[in-house]
Amino acid sequence: MAKTLPKTDAVIVGVGWAGGIIAAELGKQGLKVVGLERGKERGVKDYYVVHDELRYGIRYELMQDLSKETITFRNHGKERALPMRQLGSFLLGEGLGGSGVHWNGHTFRFLPYDFEIKSQTVKKYGESKIKGLQIQDWGITYDELEPYFYEFEKAAGIGGEEGELGPKRADPFPNPPMKETPITARFKKAAKSLGMKPYQMPSGNMSEAYENQYGAKMAPCQYCAFCERFGCEYGAKADPTVAVIPFAKETGNVDIRNFANVTEIIHDGKKATGVRYVDVQTKEEFIQPAEMVIVTSYVMNNTRLLLTSKLGSPYNPDTGTGVIGKNYCYQILPGSAGFFDEEQFNTFMGAGALGATVDDYNGDNFDHSDLDFIHGGSISINQSGYRPIQYNMVPTDTPKWGSKFKENSIKYFTRALSIGTQGASMPVQLNYMDLDPSYKDAYGLPLLRMTYDFTEQDKNLYNYIGKITDNIMKEMGPSKINDRQQLEHYDIVPYQTTHNTGGVIMGAEPETSAVNNYLQMWDAENVFVVGASAFPHNGGYNPTGTVGALAYRAAEGIIKYSKEGGLLA
Amino acid sequence: MSEHEQKQESTMSRRRFIRNSGLVAGGLVGGGILGGLIGANMNKDGTATEENTHTNGHDQVAYQQSPLYFTNPETFGILQAAVERIYPKDENGPGANDLDVPFFIDHQLAGSWGNNTREYMQGPFFPGSNFQGYQSPLKRHEVFDVGLAALQTYSNEKFKKPFAELEGEQQDEILTAFEEDQVKLRGVTSRTFFNILRAATIEGVYADPAYAGNKNMEGWKMKDFPGHQMSYINQIESEKFVKIKPNSLHSYTK
Repeated sequence: MAKTLPKTDAVIVGVGWAGGIIAAELGKQGLKVVGLERGKERGVKDYYVVHDELRYGIRYELMQDLSKETITFRNHGKERALPMRQLGSFLLGEGLGGSGVHWNGHTFRFLPYDFEIKSQTVKKYGESKIKGLQIQDWGITYDELEPYFYEFEKAAGIGGEEGELGPKRADPFPNPPMKETPITARFKKAAKSLGMKPYQMPSGNMSEAYENQYGAKMAPCQYCAFCERFGCEYGAKADPTVAVIPFAKETGNVDIRNFANVTEIIHDGKKATGVRYVDVQTKEEFIQPAEMVIVTSYVMNNTRLLLTSKLGSPYNPDTGTGVIGKNYCYQILPGSAGFFDEEQFNTFMGAGALGATVDDYNGDNFDHSDLDFIHGGSISINQSGYRPIQYNMVPTDTPKWGSKFKENSIKYFTRALSIGTQGASMPVQLNYMDLDPSYKDAYGLPLLRMTYDFTEQDKNLYNYIGKITDNIMKEMGPSKINDRQQLEHYDIVPYQTTHNTGGVIMGAEPETSAVNNYLQMWDAENVFVVGASAFPHNGGYNPTGTVGALAYRAAEGIIKYSKEGGLLA
Repeated sequence: MSEHEQKQESTMSRRRFIRNSGLVAGGLVGGGILGGLIGANMNKDGTATEENTHTNGHDQVAYQQSPLYFTNPETFGILQAAVERIYPKDENGPGANDLDVPFFIDHQLAGSWGNNTREYMQGPFFPGSNFQGYQSPLKRHEVFDVGLAALQTYSNEKFKKPFAELEGEQQDEILTAFEEDQVKLRGVTSRTFFNILRAATIEGVYADPAYAGNKNMEGWKMKDFPGHQMSYINQIESEKFVKIKPNSLHSYTK
């Protein structure tokens, strides 16, 4: 029998970037907040022995415990979906701060084109250009979202310089860019000589000591190279447990409960009345009544919790109607590896978001009239620091084991560089998420089922942008460049990126979207669903900057709703 | 106790393990076992040599050089032979056995990784497509049990000799057959077994020495990887390649 707790103004499901920001903003306004986080409490103090590649980088210490919960996956609807039994393609977070603890810190703003992708593409290229793509405008423009981007960048201490082709900024970056290294300089020189406009990647690793609007003090990054997949022992990475959660607690209005796994949003069909959760240690069940329910538990669980709670209309892939589970997207990642026989680089030094980027082939920054795809991607070199287990870059013809593998993997550990792309991912009718009919989590609830494969659009983008990354790499002067593999079927095993998006998408109409531009559910006005789940497609950048902006937008909406009620848009 | 005596004691205790586990295995201990279980540290006659003492180069006994999972020296010998082909000793430096990779794998199999404790292991189980990932009901330690036994069976059938006693090229031929999924195993594919074995070997070469492999950080030294360093802020802009003496996690508590 679940124990019913005293009612609160807002209950937040999942305390990572989005949940942490909203907790801080609501607490600041005097609203009473309960934050429910399924994982443990953690912070800078817990990263004393963090420079351990096996434990954090390979065994995924900071990631989701899949024995309790995972997803199931299949490439298409006629296949039987099977559980993702081990982490691979993407690394789901768990614990206070969520994925914001173990991310690298690449912090971009999506392009103005992204927010109006359908209308702009149709206007310029005609209706036939978007055939087969389930794209839609986001219900908000870049200009409307601009101040919220800045609010997030201030909270996260982002350091950078404005790119010529990127979105226009009203204010300079809160921090200067990261240091220039021989590797970033080499990339920039090559890109410039090809007529592109490189700039230093915007970084959530502090380029200088910094204090944000909440009084959080962050230390300068030490370039120690243990960033992605690791927590930062210096508090030098923009991390919700450093940047926003301490302030949220200081307001005295935010009660964060760890080991609290939400299993249901309780509602009457029109509004939510609270949530049910289980203490994952004691297994006790609780009901937390609340005026407002804020769902900030990443793409997968935002979607799953709505589906298991029967809130909102589930997406139907046969008809393209319904919204919950719609437009799951990923990221397309063409790139080039170059091998420099005569040079050695300090590849083992670095910082998560130390890098250089070009936007020349992102969004609609280049003409697509004669191309068989839309959008593109940001192309970067990233010096986040090679680690010896994970990084065994070898020329294409090298065997996978034995003496030759050993020789090349040793030789090129400090002599190989790679260029990568954050390629945009477009939604199609048959890529979606729903509930699995047979597999269950540790609490008896159905797992989320992902049906996803790469499309012709993805393959065409991949091949076109891949030639550009080859050109930049060639210009950098390597002895040889690797052949790029073809983009075939999506494979759940090799690590690709933790940039999953969609499922609870935003928009201007309730028929085609789940939430409005305040991330408020059309079907339940006191429920706000926040995160990359709201992206109607995935853009050509890392998503966190845009997630942060949407979290600030949602926080404003939630505060407004607490006073006025009703649909905000 | 003198350093010499410590080395003696350590050698003796390892010999005892071989004898005892040989009994457990039904008295299967033979010349091949001595050449297998501690082949990297022993001469053919079973005596320790100067370079294969069981210390870490200081005055301490390398206590981590003890099996925690494997109970059968024949099986351990197959593992030793296999990892050495994946990461051989050559002109580039030490091989998997010099680096204590078999002990690394042994310890990993005894723990959380070997028992898949943080992975979804609920049924029902189906083979799945090439894109759906690991779908075996076996835990990793069971995969090693099945896979190593199959290496031996396959070797005995094809070459009429145990795997550990084959020539390197013959061992490669067998490992390649496993890698290419040409061998039928029970509960898991031979490719999956091979891929886990390969990955674990590389992990054992390069994981922090705290995990019992990467002996004396020799794996890192080959790659010019300096291990755990607190900061590169003063070197990150350097135009020149910087060689740095490696540090392990041990330095946190020194």
